[in-house]
Amino acid sequence: MLKIKDLHANIKGKEILKGINLEINAGEVHAIMGPNGSGKSTLAAVLAGREIFEVTHGEILFNGKNLLELSPENRSREGLFLGFQYPIEIPGVSMVNFMKAAVNEQRKYRGLEPIAPSDFLKLMREKKELVEIDSALTNRSVNEGFSGGEKKKNEIFQMAMLEPKLAILDETDSGLDIDALRIVANGVNKLKRPDNASIVITHYQRLLDYIVPDYVHILYNGKIVKSAGKELALELEEKGYDWIKNGE
Amino acid sequence: MANDQDQILNDVTSGDYKYGFVTDVETDIIPKGLSEDVVRLISAKKGEPEWMLEFRLKAYRHWLTMEMPHWAHLEVPEIDYQDIIYFAAPRIKNPNSSEEIDPELRETFEKLGIPLNEQKLLSGFAVDAVMDSSSVKTTFSETLSEHGIIFCSMSEAIRNHPDLIKKYLASVVPYTDNFFATLNSAVFSDGSFCYIPKGVRCPMELSTYFRINAANTGQFERTLIIAEADSYVSYLEGCTAPVRDENQLHAAVVEIVALDNAEVKYSTVQNWYPGDKNGKGGIYNFVTKRGICRGKNSKISWTQVETGSAITWKYPSCILLGDNSYGEFNSVAVTNNHQQADTGTKMIHIGKNTRSHIISKGISAGVSNNSYRGLVKVLKGAENARNFSQCDSLLLGDKCGAHTFPYIEVDNPTAIVEHEATTSKIGEDQIFYCNQRGLSTEDAVGLIINGYAKEVLNKLPMEFAVEAQKLLQISLEGSVG
Ligand SMILES: Nc1ncnc2c1ncn2[C@@H]1O[C@H](COP(=O)(O)OP(=O)(O)O)[C@@H](O)[C@H]1O
Ligand SMILES: [Mg+2]
Repeated sequence: MLKIKDLHANIKGKEILKGINLEINAGEVHAIMGPNGSGKSTLAAVLAGREIFEVTHGEILFNGKNLLELSPENRSREGLFLGFQYPIEIPGVSMVNFMKAAVNEQRKYRGLEPIAPSDFLKLMREKKELVEIDSALTNRSVNEGFSGGEKKKNEIFQMAMLEPKLAILDETDSGLDIDALRIVANGVNKLKRPDNASIVITHYQRLLDYIVPDYVHILYNGKIVKSAGKELALELEEKGYDWIKNGE
Repeated sequence: MANDQDQILNDVTSGDYKYGFVTDVETDIIPKGLSEDVVRLISAKKGEPEWMLEFRLKAYRHWLTMEMPHWAHLEVPEIDYQDIIYFAAPRIKNPNSSEEIDPELRETFEKLGIPLNEQKLLSGFAVDAVMDSSSVKTTFSETLSEHGIIFCSMSEAIRNHPDLIKKYLASVVPYTDNFFATLNSAVFSDGSFCYIPKGVRCPMELSTYFRINAANTGQFERTLIIAEADSYVSYLEGCTAPVRDENQLHAAVVEIVALDNAEVKYSTVQNWYPGDKNGKGGIYNFVTKRGICRGKNSKISWTQVETGSAITWKYPSCILLGDNSYGEFNSVAVTNNHQQADTGTKMIHIGKNTRSHIISKGISAGVSNNSYRGLVKVLKGAENARNFSQCDSLLLGDKCGAHTFPYIEVDNPTAIVEHEATTSKIGEDQIFYCNQRGLSTEDAVGLIINGYAKEVLNKLPMEFAVEAQKLLQISLEGSVG
């Protein structure tokens, strides 16, 4: 599904990603862990097509397509979803309108008619239940005045609405209490299908008690320095990141 | 409104001014220039009574003593008032056709979304369609007259309702008021007249659609709305003009009178041709709009969405004379490319417990300049007057300007006047967030702009709100990304 080959990326002339290789197949859950500032969010942003990052080398194939040639909106329409570490507020734009516009863009891309209002409302209701988000939130403006936890739940809600092929969740767990964490993880697990995949970026092992990854990668200083099965997360929890840093 | 959002986003594909075509219709045009003779000629063409001509001449003579005001934050090129045509009336009935209205004209308004055929009109809307100096047709006049409501062109009102005109015309905006209002008083062509009798709630939205068609012509319409005690009316105004390289002058006057407990809502979607990307052409829009809440508990609200014109100079105002009366001003003003707007309101508190509320949302893009100018004035006798003003500016890009000029004059210690102002930019992160959900940058900007302007758009009647949303997006296309 996703193939990253020797990916290098800069911001303002400073190299942040220094040769990333990663392959993700349908049905898999990959966790990316690593200390602050190691480049996890940068990798997510480069995958989503954020222009402030400049790709200087490497190749990314997404379902056989050259991802780097696609606009951010077309990456989304191709089924790539990014759950933001810091979701953005859009005053005056209701969640309902925002989601309707988003769902219809995805449909248009696939040659489908805009969704009928009644079907849309049904879909909203279904997905709201899944992530235990209440209607008061979806009737408000996008992320405006949402608490940290509500913003994160709202990202999962949007993921549920758009049913992406590849979901990248950037620290969706940070700042969540245990209840919210369980809800977020539950949402991710329920949406898991043999034909989609997810990348869960996290700082803590905690989330991985709820979302069981097939692979764990450690990103450090712009490179993946270690990849293994889910047991790697436990090892990290025990030893901290220092042994990785020292090992360099 | 929620359901229309995506349809709007899908609908809008091109950034061009869609109303720029010219109608080929036989037009009665007088020569360029302004003089007493021209004023007499206009009055004669309209078959006006002597007293109306006297009014015009008084105004004209006064105008000769005036100078164009220069206090606005605008750069207005020299206007040669002798180089303008002051009267151009399209021939309404084509002698070769059995129809009451020349098919060309009917088609023009249909293209603009204003069918003149009552069956085809949006239910609940009555329209006065004005092209250049003449009203082409007023729909539903008969239905309305069953309620005692008078809705007709100004020319007709002067002929058929002279007592009302004599009593109210220029009672809110006197002929000496300001340079452009005085010019209008001398040469005004057509416009609409509405009279809502005591205790009547007008059963439909009344609207006037103004169209400039002829070249080198100025449009000087005059509108008068009278709401007797305990009455209600909602009135809408729309306008467009062809794409032309030369600038055209539009100097209108609108007067509203609200008596005891009466309520008047006046909404405008102003979409005059704004000029091209390089600032060539476009309408100069110098307009005086004023309402007086003459009766106690009366209400007047102005809602405007201003996207058009090369230059806009416009301050819809309320004189709050009656005790407990209420004035409202809701505005979204967009400027793009080389457009300039200096717009706002005046709220004059005279009666006791008078209240006013101002929301102004400016959006500037390109190399345009957008100013809010507002006066809140509380006179000595206005015990417990209240005003709240919110003035927001949104900037797209860094070559445009946004300015706020609030003036507050309070002469009564019990008054409370509050003013809040913000300036913001559309964030690159907001656009990226939308992109990541599958929205193109143009659509994202449209969505964000409409969100920003929502508080004002929500004040418009539904059909207009949808139109206005589209317009906002179209007028800003190409300005981001
Ligand atoms: N907008 C930016 N401008 C400048 N430097 C940035 C920007 N975003 C990230 N960086 C830098 O890139 C590096 C990696 O950051 P990030 O990808 O956010 O790390 P992580 O998500 O792993 O904590 C850090 O050194 C950070 O300072
Ligand atoms: Mg991060």
